[in-house]
Amino acid sequence: MQHEGRELLLQVKDLEVRFGTKRHPFIAVQHVNFDIYKGETFGLVGESGSGKTTIGRAIIRINPTSAGDIIFKGEKINGPISKELDRRVTQQIQMIFQDPMASLNERAKVDYIVSEGLINVAKDMPRPQREKSVAQALADVGLLPEFASRFPHEFSGGQRQRIGIARSLIMEPEFIIADEPISALDVSIRAQVLNLLSHLQRKKGLTYLFIAHDLSVMRFICDRIAVIHKGQIVEMSETEKLFANPLHPYTQALLSAIPLPDPLLERNKKLIIYDPACHDYAVDKPRWQEIEPGHFVLANEQEMEGHREQLATSCRISS
Amino acid sequence: MSEAVKTPDTILQVQDLNVKFSLRGRVLHAIRGVTLDVQRGESLAIVGESGSGKTVLTKTFMGLLDQNGWVDSGSIHFEGEDLAAFKTEKDWLRIRGRKIAMVLQDPMTSLNPLKTIGGQIGEALELHQGLKGPAADQRIQEILLDVGIEEPARRMKQYPHQFSGGMRQRVVIAIAIACQSRILICDEPTTALDVTIQAQILQLIRDLIHKYELTAIYITHDLGVVANIADRIAVMYAGDIVEIGTCEEIFFDPRHPYTWALLSSLPQLGRKGEALYAIKGTPPNLFNEIKGDAFAPRNPYALNIDFEQRPPYFDVSPTHKVRSWLLDPRAPKVEPPESLKRIQAQGGSFYEHC
Repeated sequence: MQHEGRELLLQVKDLEVRFGTKRHPFIAVQHVNFDIYKGETFGLVGESGSGKTTIGRAIIRINPTSAGDIIFKGEKINGPISKELDRRVTQQIQMIFQDPMASLNERAKVDYIVSEGLINVAKDMPRPQREKSVAQALADVGLLPEFASRFPHEFSGGQRQRIGIARSLIMEPEFIIADEPISALDVSIRAQVLNLLSHLQRKKGLTYLFIAHDLSVMRFICDRIAVIHKGQIVEMSETEKLFANPLHPYTQALLSAIPLPDPLLERNKKLIIYDPACHDYAVDKPRWQEIEPGHFVLANEQEMEGHREQLATSCRISS
Repeated sequence: MSEAVKTPDTILQVQDLNVKFSLRGRVLHAIRGVTLDVQRGESLAIVGESGSGKTVLTKTFMGLLDQNGWVDSGSIHFEGEDLAAFKTEKDWLRIRGRKIAMVLQDPMTSLNPLKTIGGQIGEALELHQGLKGPAADQRIQEILLDVGIEEPARRMKQYPHQFSGGMRQRVVIAIAIACQSRILICDEPTTALDVTIQAQILQLIRDLIHKYELTAIYITHDLGVVANIADRIAVMYAGDIVEIGTCEEIFFDPRHPYTWALLSSLPQLGRKGEALYAIKGTPPNLFNEIKGDAFAPRNPYALNIDFEQRPPYFDVSPTHKVRSWLLDPRAPKVEPPESLKRIQAQGGSFYEHC
């Protein structure tokens, strides 16, 4: 799809994150490039240990980066930045965490949990106004204002996740990083939280970076998806194109692992297991290439041939 | 599918089971009159939201109820004995592990971090089969290969922290296999795992059920997962089985509104831009006496009688039973929601390119 005319919100350029010591470095993420446009939901999918959370945490300045640029609204926000910019980034980028049982302070009341960001950033906000914004944030996520005086243990998992969302909304952010916000929830509550997230996006014009390991959820909520494996993005495309023509073998493996609610299909399904040894990258090095408009894949020349052929056949079938 | 081959032979028979817990001076009625037959060699899935009692139900089969819980009435018949009447720990030790084994949800917490995994499997072998020394070592290696762990001779000397989440769950399954039990209860074995690993573990469990002729009871909250593994599915709500039938019957011809709701809330069936179906409200508080159908307050199709009287089971087919007044001949005809028709349509389109 054409992105001209759409406002670029976040750019990640050649990002690298290292852990460990200088002598024994561990490169968690490398050569990561993507753009996120205003108002879209960008999905990042991969298995545990692939570095998807690391990227999210690097954007929100929790993990320091070792190379590359993260540019938010035209300003570089990784590395050393001014206090004033730091404050603005803190307000405009917020995060929703995975496990609502672990991410809320058990000893604090909901009122404090939700307003803590305001206390830190808008120190001189008068108390009545702060209470009003807490009530508003709670109402936005479908909770009652009187819940503000309760403790987290009085709530169910779905309600706790709503509190986590309210906590990020109160800062009036433009960009929310949702790190597996529904993995720890029951199926029936998942639906409620997903609906809430899309409702808030429409109402407030939010942009999401949605991190998950489950492609079936991604298809429902994301506009574009990047597939990450061992710290490198291997394929990136619009959601429907990715589902129609998964090119990289790892993407195919992820797709085949989605459990289908259909016993007949499921019993005949062949599980694809991704083996990195299937690539022959000794001579022919892989490059990050655009194969059709908006559809990128990490492949070498020989593989590109195969991918082009696959695309051509599927076009013929669909037309 | 597999029913035709097997002769119907009930291995575990649960009759009108009631389980209660005493909590802060109040009584919680966790299981409300469950009747269930488990056939030898089948794999039965129990599906429900958290708090629906699916774990409590299976814990009563192993005598693992918490101190404050008890079987109030009903019976559990297994190999000529009534498990519900068991009182002492000594009775249970004849069953637990030896006849009925369990795989728990989180492989990070269910292994002993201080013992090698070979030692933990060997413990089960020694206790249940009296194997020791080289004979046990050899058997451990065979079992590890069975659950898909390569280089068993080296791996058996390693500790749990040297294994990834999926591999640890394989070890837990290996311990359950080593017990040589007849029934394997899997309590959300893949919830803590990635989708790719989940698919592999499901396949492994299915293969092992065949190889060791196990009877499996599979607990999950995700109906999407069980299509692959279950012969029969029981849907639980508020401590009661509201619908039970073969896998095909539940997916292609569900009759209870709660099953409809569970199926339509799957993101696999959602369409971008449309709201996903979400069940309104919360499950009932089991401290209170439940009048009528427990699902009625959240049920958009509820009839007046649902609030008055608990529905009996209606037979849809010899294998398909539903506890809902909607199936009474006097009830108005209700069509299941539109999104359920996408099950076949969308399932197909998911896969045709791969």
